[in-house]
Amino acid sequence: MPEGRRIIIFLFFLLIGIIFIGKMFYLQMFDSTYEKAADNNAIRKIIQVPFRGEVYDRFGKLIVYNTPVYDLYITPRKAVVNDTNRFCALFGITKGRFDTLTKEAWAYSRVKPSLFLKHLSKEDFAKIQDALVDYPGFSISTTAFRTYQSKALSNALGYVAEINTNSLSDQKDDYYRQGDYVGISGLEAFYEEALRGQRGVKYRMVNSNGVEKGEYRHGDLDVNSIAGQNLFTSVDIRLQEYADSLMMHKVGSVVAIEPSTGEILSMVSAPSYDPSLLAGRNFSKYYQILALDPLKPLINRPPSAYYRPGSTFKIVQALVGLQLGILTPSSVFTHAGAPVKCHVHNTSHNDLHNAIQWSCNPYFYHAFRKILYDNTQGDTFERSAQGLQRWSELVANFGFGRKLGVDLGNEKKGNLPNVEYYNKVYKGENTWKFSNIYSLSIGEGELVVSPLKMANFAAIIANKGWYIPPHLVKGVGDKKTIDDFYKTPVSVGIDAKHFNVVHEGMRDAVLHGTVGREGKIPDIVMCGKTGTSQNQKGKDHSVFIAFAPKDNPKIAIAVFVENAGFGGFAAAPIASLIIEKYLKGRVDRKDIETKFMNMSYLANVTYNRKIVKKDSLKR
Amino acid sequence: MSQESNQIGKLDWITVGLYALFVLLGWMSIYSAVYNPEAPLWIFDEAFYTSNAGRQLIWIGTSLVLIMLIFALDFRFFESFAVFIYAAFMLALIAVPFLGVTINGSHSWFKLGGVTIQPAEFAKTATALLLAKYLNDPQVNLTKWVNQWRSALIIALPMLLIIGSNETGSALVFASFIILLYREGLPGEYPGLLIALIALFVSSLLLSPLTIFICLLVMASLFVIILPIYQRRLPQTYVRIAGAIAIIMSMSTLVDWVVNHVLKEHQRNRIKVLLDPSFDTRGLGYQVTQSKIAIGSGGFWGKGYLGGTQTKFDFVPEQSTDFIFCTIGEEFGFVGVLAVIVLFLFFLWRLLYLADQQRSRFARAYGFGVVGILFFHFLVNIGMTIGLMPIMGIPLPFFSYGGSSLWSFTILLFIFLKLDAHRSEMLSR
Repeated sequence: MPEGRRIIIFLFFLLIGIIFIGKMFYLQMFDSTYEKAADNNAIRKIIQVPFRGEVYDRFGKLIVYNTPVYDLYITPRKAVVNDTNRFCALFGITKGRFDTLTKEAWAYSRVKPSLFLKHLSKEDFAKIQDALVDYPGFSISTTAFRTYQSKALSNALGYVAEINTNSLSDQKDDYYRQGDYVGISGLEAFYEEALRGQRGVKYRMVNSNGVEKGEYRHGDLDVNSIAGQNLFTSVDIRLQEYADSLMMHKVGSVVAIEPSTGEILSMVSAPSYDPSLLAGRNFSKYYQILALDPLKPLINRPPSAYYRPGSTFKIVQALVGLQLGILTPSSVFTHAGAPVKCHVHNTSHNDLHNAIQWSCNPYFYHAFRKILYDNTQGDTFERSAQGLQRWSELVANFGFGRKLGVDLGNEKKGNLPNVEYYNKVYKGENTWKFSNIYSLSIGEGELVVSPLKMANFAAIIANKGWYIPPHLVKGVGDKKTIDDFYKTPVSVGIDAKHFNVVHEGMRDAVLHGTVGREGKIPDIVMCGKTGTSQNQKGKDHSVFIAFAPKDNPKIAIAVFVENAGFGGFAAAPIASLIIEKYLKGRVDRKDIETKFMNMSYLANVTYNRKIVKKDSLKR
Repeated sequence: MSQESNQIGKLDWITVGLYALFVLLGWMSIYSAVYNPEAPLWIFDEAFYTSNAGRQLIWIGTSLVLIMLIFALDFRFFESFAVFIYAAFMLALIAVPFLGVTINGSHSWFKLGGVTIQPAEFAKTATALLLAKYLNDPQVNLTKWVNQWRSALIIALPMLLIIGSNETGSALVFASFIILLYREGLPGEYPGLLIALIALFVSSLLLSPLTIFICLLVMASLFVIILPIYQRRLPQTYVRIAGAIAIIMSMSTLVDWVVNHVLKEHQRNRIKVLLDPSFDTRGLGYQVTQSKIAIGSGGFWGKGYLGGTQTKFDFVPEQSTDFIFCTIGEEFGFVGVLAVIVLFLFFLWRLLYLADQQRSRFARAYGFGVVGILFFHFLVNIGMTIGLMPIMGIPLPFFSYGGSSLWSFTILLFIFLKLDAHRSEMLSR
């Protein structure tokens, strides 16, 4: 019998063994939750966020760089603070604050670091760096803020902010995570992928207290971070600052382009803001203030604001007429028979040159009528449609009614009315004719342009018929790469010879035409054209386009000053000062400079309007 | 000299081989548990000997010395001196609260020079020896009440002394002597009753009294329905059934009461964690959860030797000592775990077989004592790493890190192997 008991005992052992093996089998083969839990336990992903690329001006001057800021972390279990008073004095916090922060950290985790103080400056960090040794359990983590050498250019640069929930869920390549910084507008947004670089990931094995214990799988899964690429812009930051100072107390835009390259030398949006306000610990506070400002300082006006071109558009009419062979430099029209008024000027020999010089409204009324009706057949409705068709095809070449492709995200198309457009507005074909649309002749009516388009137009005139798409960045990264798009000239389909009369007319407009005394630069041969942009509410906007010098132009410019009246009053002097500054490096006309720096047209600006769309055609 | 070579020849090399294998696997796992991939230590580094793996190597070396000592002694020594050995360790257990030192919160260690010794570990061997010597008397018959309670006394004395020094886990090991007693003629009702009591204990923790009552009623009804086929319905039968139900119910209530009112907080928590690991996941439940994560993450083939992440980085507490099995589970996977369990069962089977080969009742009883102790450790230690047993500070024999543990198991086993080597010389009484 006792021999049999050995078997009974062993069967019992065997039963236990089988139960164990069964349980092991379940744990190791079926239940994958334990496997995942293990990886979460022991593998820590360490994200390395590279510094964002820096931004330079056209002469290599640093505009935007990064300032490291320091976050203080606490690991409660390891943290030892013997002298709380000394600690509080060092970090500039109260005893109560210290207790609250410590309690919060304890509540989060005993062994994992949690944020104790956010965004310590370099100065604060220097102060505490040495003392930190005395406080085990406290550690520093470095991040960076955008820092600006200049307060100008903030609208074109755009800003960087924590990614919002919508963008986070809409992203295509799943790159961003909660709390990541991303370019929100301007160049920061357009060149986001180059600027941000590539985030690095390191997998480290950690023990139960979160202490690193070496590489996971010998670092095979690690991805090294790639530093952000620098942007080399075409902006002349000194010119930008100068233009910015001229646009103080005004609402409007300045865009200056180097005609031969399409490089934007300056792009001012007024009113603007100090970019450092949106690059720091108080982002949300200042963003709130700026976003609620009725003058909308956050909007980058040059590529997106809508205006009528006003009389500056007469140049387009002249060029289209010449190209179509309908106008010649010697074509003469009188004031008679036109429903548009004109100012007092010499009309004894009112040819094209004279009309441009004096911005003659009736001349271009008649010219536009001829452009629509000449060499067309049928009734006036049909002839208007045929005429407008060939007109709009040519005008579209200048970039009106479409995007130029500037390297900014918020460029607007504007509006160039064509046959289709009027058929829609007047509900049907052959329901409209010249008499309905003649205000196009002088750049009013349904035409909508942006300051950027007008600057590009000035460059087209300067180049006698071609342009390179305007752009702010000449090179990305150390290799200074740039899209071929920004190197390829685009022809507007107007023969170069037709520009001569335009140049002469624009030169005389400056010398003894519409521009006036304040817009003249004694030692620079500038050609310009004033414009007065009508708008629904308030005083006319002052518009001016120009280029200089007349032979081998170096700069083309468009200036818009809202509610400042006639183009010769505000826009032309401001443009002339900027041109003088750029070409000579200094401004000799100090009285005019001082006058326009202090001049304010804000009293005329009607508040509470939507600036971007206010001039669009919603009658 | 000739005698020595003689006994070496009779030594059971299968058991010795398995012992060596377990010790080696244990040491490898300890090495892996302390292995730092950034700064691997090798056995020639001085710092190595301050790590657990290095110290375990010293314990293994000294164990070899102990084995040689055991074999140098006369085999009759253990039987002759059983009473003295027992008495000496009982005195040690009495003295330890006064003269001992505290290590890892346990006040049960003696410090002798550089080494610390836990007398409770060795008391098992002493008790097995004395019990075997007592049963060696042909007069002793375990079906007799007087012999039963005298045996119980031998077991209970060290148990009570160890409970006195707050080492309930170690004390429970002495329950394993029921296997020895069962083999030596204790009626089967005793272990049967013990298992029934454990089942009742667990079920009264898991189920509400009402559920148990309903279950019992259903079982009783079935019993009553089947009954008439074999037996006439007697009123006494119903009385007995009712009585049995009453006893079971009152005992289950008692268990409830004991758990909630008599047990100390930490003991109660250990039981609660066993039933619901999500209870107290940061404290006691943490150990069980982390242990299961470590084993579960091993998969079929494991992560490879030294490739474990859970056991290496202190996620599993006590991974060198009580939770050494996790390292095997994580690094060698299901294959490794299966191999260890099968080998251990084979090892136990081999010892059972050897014990039954003994001509002397002393050696046989001692052998069964050894098997019982080893099995109990195997049951509780592996059981707790996979959440089937409550957490008790009980090492896995031969595998776990620790001098006292390795020495005591080595002595326990090799005394039996010494006796086995001399079995032809022993008299069967």
